[in-house]
Amino acid sequence: MKRRIGTARLGLPLLLLLGGCDNWQSALEARGASAISLKHLIILIVAVCSVIWMLVMIAMIHALWRRRTAWRAPLDLVPPRERRLGWIVSICTGLTAVIILGFTVASFFTTRDISVAGQDDLTIRIGGLQWWWSVEYLDPDPSAGFVSANEIHIPTGRNVRLLLQGDDVIHSFWVPSLAGKQDLIPGRTNEITIRAERPGAYRGQCAEFCGLQHAHMGFLVTADTPEDFARWARAQRAPAANSADDEEIAAGRDVFMRKPCAGCHSIRGTQATGTSGPDLTHLASRAFIAAGLLPTSRGALAAWVADPQTLKPGNNMPLVPLTPDELRAMSAYLASLK
Amino acid sequence: MTDTIRRAQILDTELKRPELTSQLEETWKTERGLWGALSTVDHKIIGRRYITTAFVFLLLGGVLAMLIRLQLAGPEGRLIGPDRYNQIFTMHGANMMFLFAVPVMEAMGVYLVPLMVGTRNIAFPRLNAFSYWMFLAGGLVLWISFALDMGPDVGWFAYVPLSGPQYAPGKRADIWAQMITFTEVAALAVAVEIVVTVFKQRAPGMSLDRIPLFVWAMLVTSFVVIMAMPAIMVASTSLILDRLVGTHFFNPAEGGDVLLWQHLFWFFGHPEVYIIFIPAVGMVSTLVATFSRRPVFGYLPLVVALIGTGILAFGLWVHHMFTTGLPRLGESFFTASSMAIAIPSGVQIFCWIATLWEGRPVFKTPLLFVIGFIVTFVIGGLTGVMVASVPFDTQVHDTYFVVAHFHYVLIGGAVFPLLGAVYYWFPKFTGRMMSERLGRWAFWLIFTGFHATFFPMHILGLEGMPRRVYTYQPDLPWHGLNLFASASAIILAAGFFVFFIDVVMSARSGNPAGDNPWDAPTLEWATSSPPPAYNFAQIPVVSSANPLWEQPGALNVANGLHTDRREVVVTTITTAEPQARESSPQNCIWPLWTAIATSVMLVWSIFSPWAVVWGSIPIAITLIGWFWPKGTPEDEA
Repeated sequence: MKRRIGTARLGLPLLLLLGGCDNWQSALEARGASAISLKHLIILIVAVCSVIWMLVMIAMIHALWRRRTAWRAPLDLVPPRERRLGWIVSICTGLTAVIILGFTVASFFTTRDISVAGQDDLTIRIGGLQWWWSVEYLDPDPSAGFVSANEIHIPTGRNVRLLLQGDDVIHSFWVPSLAGKQDLIPGRTNEITIRAERPGAYRGQCAEFCGLQHAHMGFLVTADTPEDFARWARAQRAPAANSADDEEIAAGRDVFMRKPCAGCHSIRGTQATGTSGPDLTHLASRAFIAAGLLPTSRGALAAWVADPQTLKPGNNMPLVPLTPDELRAMSAYLASLK
Repeated sequence: MTDTIRRAQILDTELKRPELTSQLEETWKTERGLWGALSTVDHKIIGRRYITTAFVFLLLGGVLAMLIRLQLAGPEGRLIGPDRYNQIFTMHGANMMFLFAVPVMEAMGVYLVPLMVGTRNIAFPRLNAFSYWMFLAGGLVLWISFALDMGPDVGWFAYVPLSGPQYAPGKRADIWAQMITFTEVAALAVAVEIVVTVFKQRAPGMSLDRIPLFVWAMLVTSFVVIMAMPAIMVASTSLILDRLVGTHFFNPAEGGDVLLWQHLFWFFGHPEVYIIFIPAVGMVSTLVATFSRRPVFGYLPLVVALIGTGILAFGLWVHHMFTTGLPRLGESFFTASSMAIAIPSGVQIFCWIATLWEGRPVFKTPLLFVIGFIVTFVIGGLTGVMVASVPFDTQVHDTYFVVAHFHYVLIGGAVFPLLGAVYYWFPKFTGRMMSERLGRWAFWLIFTGFHATFFPMHILGLEGMPRRVYTYQPDLPWHGLNLFASASAIILAAGFFVFFIDVVMSARSGNPAGDNPWDAPTLEWATSSPPPAYNFAQIPVVSSANPLWEQPGALNVANGLHTDRREVVVTTITTAEPQARESSPQNCIWPLWTAIATSVMLVWSIFSPWAVVWGSIPIAITLIGWFWPKGTPEDEA
């Protein structure tokens, strides 16, 4: 008994320490305004609850091992002692009520703190699909909007409003270092506001069970300085890079357009306009492919195209048979889509 | 004929003790052999069967849990593919909730409630037999499907649209939905029996304020079952209709709503937790009293806490939906109501500690499990308060933090008391004691194994690890804690292994127990261990909440019942004054036939809606057979 409590008391901070460092997907490594408020609330509630638990344990241990007076028959109760216990139990119950009232109020104010949405915020529509994310930057000027996938860039120091929509089943958008999660539900639009104060990359992952590849439905939120963000957005708005002078790339584009690829994927500036798979216009500018599965590289792209079902079993990308030459050309083309 | 009529007039007042018991034995006995086993309506035999079956499902679910831990021990584990993994975690959850936890609690009630209220059989004994067969059939359907690679893979909560016709082809989701129907029919049947047994069959003198707390707990649980289960049956039936005949209850494209599913499911799903937990606290109250050598402190507050928990259970289902984007005001209401459940739980914890404080604790295995329960459940309750806070929940919902939380509540809050209860009532079930030495081993292995397995999961959740993932990527720093949890799970499994060994060995060769080995105060200990088929040779009369402590010698008894036909005393609801003699049905095979006919219809209806039409004909026939007068003395009464 006693030993167990000792380890728990030592164990909690130790484990927190071990887990806390260098994690870009953690509620404990809060980097966004909303995640920071949440972390404060978490620390407050966990601390109060830990104290309560210890007090209960002390009471129980004392109850079990305290010194007793002489033996008494089971029904031989002492009325004054029973009355006193009644008072103690009532007071403890009252304290419980006060504490949970405090938690409720703290929760209410935290929620109010983090629900800040302005009309002029940058607005992004996030679509959840089995098993990737579509990202659409909305702009009052429709020609200034653009589409991407699995990677969201946001400017630092600015509220960004995300419109969340489930396009097939329910998913949940969660970047723990920036904000709490919010579900993407077919037939509804949910909203969440995120904000990062400092540049950095934050990983997120689908948090609602959504089928076979729920485990591999990651994404990245990259916070850039406003200048970097503007530069990035300008590049994203442009159609795909056209490296027509490179033979291998041109051959790869040819393969892409000839094979079924173009039926599912869009590459702006080409005749590929499919929408059931991620937009690939600037595929090579993203850090990861296949929803956070592999870091982007020509080799990874080739491996993915060659055998998507082994890398991510059950995903919706079919295996398109290619000759080695075609595969080489294709990977060159995809890697050129900066 | 004349013989039947003459026999039906023998009253227990006319008989001497040996003659009385031999005649009661003759009247209430279960025939030997297979036919006797299949047709019995004895609540003790059915209860024991129910408990054993539920523990077999616990064992199977535990094997699945070990597979999960094996798969998650390292990143990108290749042991189990996503398809099988999704079946495994769905089966683990569905099996533990629907085939282990709820049935085992109900089964403890089936066995113990009639004994604790001092009657000879549960109300509606044939319905009781039917309930067991339905439960067994539902369990077999689920596990056979799993063995055939047709196990449900949509989570135990089966959210639409993932479980709907478009995204879950095949029959897996239908099997989940129909398994629900099986187990809910079984649970509803038991709930009705227990309510009636507690209200109408209590021993004379057992007024409301003298009902043992475990019986109170089973009563409250039964009401929660009756009110919660219809929601899930509506939900699962609508799902089957969406899948089988193309209705659009949950299809937003046709005006349906996917959140409707979540409301219906959790309106059942949250009370479900209390259906498991309330009997467990009833067990704790019983064990605390016996092993503190005094009546439990705060009988009235404890009863009020049980009822309060049962009522509040229906006011907090939305806390499972805090991230679905509900209106702010609704969220605040459900935060407050979810946290409010801490008040009745707190009252109970304080009363138990007060009982131990003023009592003289006897450190036997059952008390160890109670102590383990308090240590663990308080953590689970406090993390429950955490997830009740909407903003807190947005960071931990659907992560391993929640996995840790509900295992603390369900294993710490329900399985620990259940294991303590098994050690406590095993002598009553079998007439033999369990081993104190193995019991201590089992307790310490389970207790340390449990905490070492599940405590790190709180941290994993805060570190961003979502639930229901079949693997995780090596660049995320979750490897160490996962490996630690997986290794610790072996200790936990070893503890359960010791427990099962102890059960099997003690059942064969444990020390003989005697009637009341713990010197406990309630009526189930006033008869032999194991109890005779008729439970009590004479119905006890009760004048306090702790009858065997009040009258350590022989209890007062009521007589005037027939001994040559099955009769029970019916008493008034509040004061338990005798009202009537009511006959209790004899053994009967028809509940089995009815259960088989119902099972055929339910399984068939997975494949064709016409099953409901044609399949109901055999059910009607078997029901007619069930209710047809059999010419027994009980029919004539």
